[in-house]
Amino acid sequence: MSATTLTPTPRRLTADPAGLDLPSAVSPALAVTQSLTMAWRGLVKIRRTPEQLMDVTLQPILFTLMFTYIFGGAISGSVQDYLPVIIPGILVQTVITTSVVTGVQLREDMDKGVFDRFKSLPIARVAPLAGALLADMVRYLIATTLTFTMGYVMGYRPGGGIGGVVMAGLLVVVCSWSLSWIFAFFGVIGRTATAVQGTSFLVLFPLTFLSNAFVDPSTMPRPLQVFADANPVSHLVTAVRELANTAAVTHQVGLALLGSAVVVAVFAPLAVRAYMRRA
Amino acid sequence: MTHQTWAIEAEGLVKLFGEQRAVDGVDLTVRTGTVYGVLGPNGAGKTTTIRMLATLLRPDAGTARVFGHDVAREPHVVRQLVGVTGQYASVDETLSATENLVLFSRLHGLPRATARRTAVDLLERFGLTEAASKPLRSFSGGMRRRLDLAASLIAQPPLIFLDEPTTGLDPRTRAQMWDTIRELVASGSTVLLTTQYLDEADQLADRIAVIDRGRVVAEGTADELKSAVGTQSLQLRLADPGHVLAAAATVRDRFRVEPTVSPEAGRLTVPLDDPGAVTDLLVLLRERGLGVDELSMQKPSLDEVFLTLTGHPAEATDDADGSAAQSAADAAGTTVNA
Repeated sequence: MSATTLTPTPRRLTADPAGLDLPSAVSPALAVTQSLTMAWRGLVKIRRTPEQLMDVTLQPILFTLMFTYIFGGAISGSVQDYLPVIIPGILVQTVITTSVVTGVQLREDMDKGVFDRFKSLPIARVAPLAGALLADMVRYLIATTLTFTMGYVMGYRPGGGIGGVVMAGLLVVVCSWSLSWIFAFFGVIGRTATAVQGTSFLVLFPLTFLSNAFVDPSTMPRPLQVFADANPVSHLVTAVRELANTAAVTHQVGLALLGSAVVVAVFAPLAVRAYMRRA
Repeated sequence: MTHQTWAIEAEGLVKLFGEQRAVDGVDLTVRTGTVYGVLGPNGAGKTTTIRMLATLLRPDAGTARVFGHDVAREPHVVRQLVGVTGQYASVDETLSATENLVLFSRLHGLPRATARRTAVDLLERFGLTEAASKPLRSFSGGMRRRLDLAASLIAQPPLIFLDEPTTGLDPRTRAQMWDTIRELVASGSTVLLTTQYLDEADQLADRIAVIDRGRVVAEGTADELKSAVGTQSLQLRLADPGHVLAAAATVRDRFRVEPTVSPEAGRLTVPLDDPGAVTDLLVLLRERGLGVDELSMQKPSLDEVFLTLTGHPAEATDDADGSAAQSAADAAGTTVNA
């Protein structure tokens, strides 16, 4: 233990705290800066605890291998013919699944003392949440890269070339980030990390499986078909297929982005409100 | 005018956790530039009160103003005026000490270079330079607490909340923390601290509120409180436990103070601090044939303050702050004041 006397810094605000004209809210520009600072914290955390990247490394490898060889012959006649269909589907499914972990980790993080300090700071209430979600985009990027790499190893040669694949990858990362607000909301309102995971998977499975990710929805019963066609995940999968296989930017990209924007517009305020109430 | 005079004005603060009234109508007024001590046992509602004043919890009833700004209506303004250091260090375990201070400096709006410089300065002032880049897991309780306090001082807030700043610290670190708190006040800050130790409140606080079961049961300067309890007390063990009541009657008759009696042990605690009065009492007891086996002088403990002020001992009311209704977040660390 050091014997240093604990000397505080000189005061700045003390002269007349009441007379100061202090802002009563955070400006949007400042909120963005604060969110980026919180994202930096998230990245340092990821660097310090690389074991938390286990899911985004193992899952793409495992899922890509499994789904391709299980369904390939049955659905497309051969594994080779199924690859252009399944790789984009698997990509979307895998990355969205890893975004569930965002909510679970947020719950664990919020249980720690440091979140008390975040709440006591004069920062935008959205910053701790947005920062955590932004940092997790790194996780989605890892999962995306690994899925495409696995596909390539298995013989997938995307017709869209590098450009198409990069655009497809970015679209998946952005849309998964948007959807992660749903799971962030569950993370904030959930009591325990396990409960958050349970609730999230209840949303995740219909969202990813009732889509065109693995099969053609026209083979589904009518009501499921309607859901699958409206499901933003379907539009995302279609957009990714078109980008990766033909480098074509169609209205599907717009629909996927629009769906994502709607999810953020609904769930970001919900999550922040719940976060504030939960103090 | 009043805004400059009062750092905190709280009226009738109430916080419910389910059925439990964790804070049950607390009034506090804290003059700017002073140290205010909130003294009470575990679960009395100290932490909950601080959390409401620091905008971390919304009061269920009552109002509170910090430098004239309402904590419920203008939380963002209040947050710019306060620094909070919790009972459990609220720093990021996965980050190094430097990274923690840079993070909080950046969040306070300091540019990158200034944030780094502030971090270096604060680490040096708090004697943490050597441990600057070490993981926090290797930090001792005292180091963590110092880092936590350093983080609270980044924005140089005019009002600082210290929630049990020395609980669990060794005596030397405690003394350092006391010095720091004194320096904070010397430089013009207002400090509200909670403590379980009468000694600590006595050493540091200009005024003290004693809080019990969510209510303020006494308020005043340390001297005023002590005079209610007696600064020291005489403890006697009578040779014949049967003489305890007679001895107690003697004390009441002659010194007009109320002794605490434990008949089964033959013990008597008398709030007397004047050595002359003690001598008189001993002489008187011998004259009356009430033999004394053992005697000692004791400083009043928090238990005695409580016994005197509330009529019941200061045992922790187990679920006052940790009721099931409270979030897992609180249970995990910050409000485990139960």
